[in-house]
Order: sequence, then C-alpha cells, then structure tokens
Amino acid sequence: MSSQALINYSLYLADNTLILAQRNAEWCGHGPILEQDIALTNISLDLLGQSRSFYQYAATLINEANPSATPVSEDSLAFRRDVYDFKNILITELPNGDWGNTILRQFFFSAYQFLLYQQMKQSSDATLAAIAEKSLKEVTYHLRWSSEWVIRLGDGTEESHDRMTSAVENLWSFTGEVFEAAPFEKDAVEAGFGIDPASLKSAWLEKVTEIFTEATLAVPPSGWMQTGGKTGKHSEYLGFILAEMQFLQRAYPDASW
Amino acid sequence: MNIRLTKYYYGDIPEEKGGGSAAKSESTANWPLWEVFIRSKQGLDHKHVGSLHATDAKMAIENARDVYTRRMEGISIWVVESKYIHASNPDDAEAFYEPANDKVYRHPTFYDLPDEVKHM
Repeated sequence: MSSQALINYSLYLADNTLILAQRNAEWCGHGPILEQDIALTNISLDLLGQSRSFYQYAATLINEANPSATPVSEDSLAFRRDVYDFKNILITELPNGDWGNTILRQFFFSAYQFLLYQQMKQSSDATLAAIAEKSLKEVTYHLRWSSEWVIRLGDGTEESHDRMTSAVENLWSFTGEVFEAAPFEKDAVEAGFGIDPASLKSAWLEKVTEIFTEATLAVPPSGWMQTGGKTGKHSEYLGFILAEMQFLQRAYPDASW
Repeated sequence: MNIRLTKYYYGDIPEEKGGGSAAKSESTANWPLWEVFIRSKQGLDHKHVGSLHATDAKMAIENARDVYTRRMEGISIWVVESKYIHASNPDDAEAFYEPANDKVYRHPTFYDLPDEVKHM
C-alpha cells in the first residue's frame, strides 16, 4: 500500500513538471527577445530534469513492486501512458496564451513548488527529499524570474497591465486544484513522506498577494475552482500535448539514435 | 575622438542585412544594449563575454545569468550599458600604437630576475 502511494505521488510530481516543461518549451525560438527565450527554455529544461528524477524513481518502485511484469522506464512512463493516466494539475496543460499568461502561470506554479520543495526537503523518504533539495535551487530562481515579470508587466504600460489582468482572469480558477489533496496525496501524508497541499495554501496566497500588490494587480476572491487533473480528468488540451510529445515513441516504439 | 559602436542583435538586425521585419526591430530597439563581464573564479578579473538586451540593470544581470552562465562559467556578473563604453577609433591606430614599436627599453627585459621571485 505504502509503495503504491509512493509510486502515485512520484508520478504526480513527475507529470506536473513534464507537462509544464513541454508547454514552456513551445516558446523555444518564439520568445519576445533572445534573452527571455533562453530564460524560459532554461526553466523548461530545469522542470524536465525534475520530472526525469521523479519518473526514474517511480520506475524503480514500480519494477520492484511487480518483478514479474515487463519493466517500465522513465521513458515508458512519459511516452506510453495515456491522458487518463496522467495526474498533472490542469493549469500545467492550458495553452500558453501570450507572454503575460505564460509567465503568470509559471509564477503561480513556481510559488507552489517553492513551498512544496521546502517541505519535501524534510520528507521521510530520502529520494524525494534529495530531489527536493536539488530542485529547490532551480525553483528559487524560477520564482524570482517570474515574479519580476509579473511586476514588470502588471506595473508596466496600460496594455501590459490589461493583458496581465486578463491573464489573471484566465488562470485564477485553475489555481485552487493544487491545494486540494487527491486520494494519493492523502495516502502519502498518512504514510508520512507526503506533504499536505492544503497546508501550503496560505503561504502561497501571501506570496501572490505580495507580488500582485507590487504589480498593481488585484487578487481575485477565491471563488469556484476547476479540479480533475490529479484524478485523470483532463481538459481537451492534454490529448494534443501527448499526441505531439509521444508521437515518435508511438509510431516507432523503442526508436533511438 | 570617440566612435559609437553599432552592434546588431537578435531581432533588430536591419532587413537589408538579412534580419527580421521592421515591426520586430521596433519592439526590441527600445531595449538598451548591455555589455556583460563575467568572473569565472575568485581572484580572477571580470572578462568581457558578450552583450545582450535588457530594459534595466536588474534584468540585464538576470539575462546574463541565463545567457552566459548556463555552463558554470561564472561566479560574478557585471553589466554596463553599452552606450557608456567609449572606444578608440581604428583610424587612430597609427598614431596611437605604432610609436611604441621601437621602444624596447619600455619592456622590463634588461635585468635578470632572481629565481626566488615567483609569480612574475
């Protein structure tokens, strides 16, 4: 039981970072300016690196739990699972929209990840704790970078402020899901290695309020929130992401170069 | 006599030089150019590594971090707006540098260094 909880929890952390990495990578070659193009694709690669660590760990655990089954790998977990197997939160799969929308999503996500990894550093599971400790340095920079952009655009020109305001409207109802514990998170908390996401919410909101105040943006009331991603009920966008991301492995299984 | 350095960069290379559309060049032309200096380790000098666009010094340092220190190149970054760098004119080369050619006595080569003196 505890092993299954750890597998699901690792997959959840892996899926979140993989799908957001894939979305951010869509900006590669299209950034508003070379320097920011590189900055965002750096972040994308950081997230991809984190997802690899979690997938590798999940693959090891799955193979240990089912020694007689066909072994899985980080690649098969990323490229051979279908939409309903993915546990990523919905906000990670939403289309990028404009630059403001993309950096606002990164800010929301990094603010959450920063708090999560700070807690996870002390996890009773040594591997999760080690991944969190390594990733926290990256996330600290992601949070700094995305905060600066939220402030810059929110407190920028009339147009940038308007665009940030609509980005907030667009994304806000997707910010609640991450703090609602899915069954596998409850199991993980019970088993002692997981973090209760609800416990991160007030600190997250504090950070958002701090940055929004500086960015002259209004923090919306909490309101109704979208959910479903954690339990495999995804928006129509995830299928298209997977179609693009998994095409090669689906068409030419085990292809390599 | 100072000359102004003209540098072209991502997005603002004029169309006649093979760059993108005029609309693109307008949006990035507003971002000043910065020169980046990186110190690779404690005790060494900052070295010029290149240039980039940024709206202010803070962003320039972050951009430099992303563009120039991705492979552990540095431990310290300096940035300075390119417009504050003044360069000598290549046309002055003759008057500036050639007079030094025949003045060997300006090099400290006319005495022997004792072996005990290190790091020279």
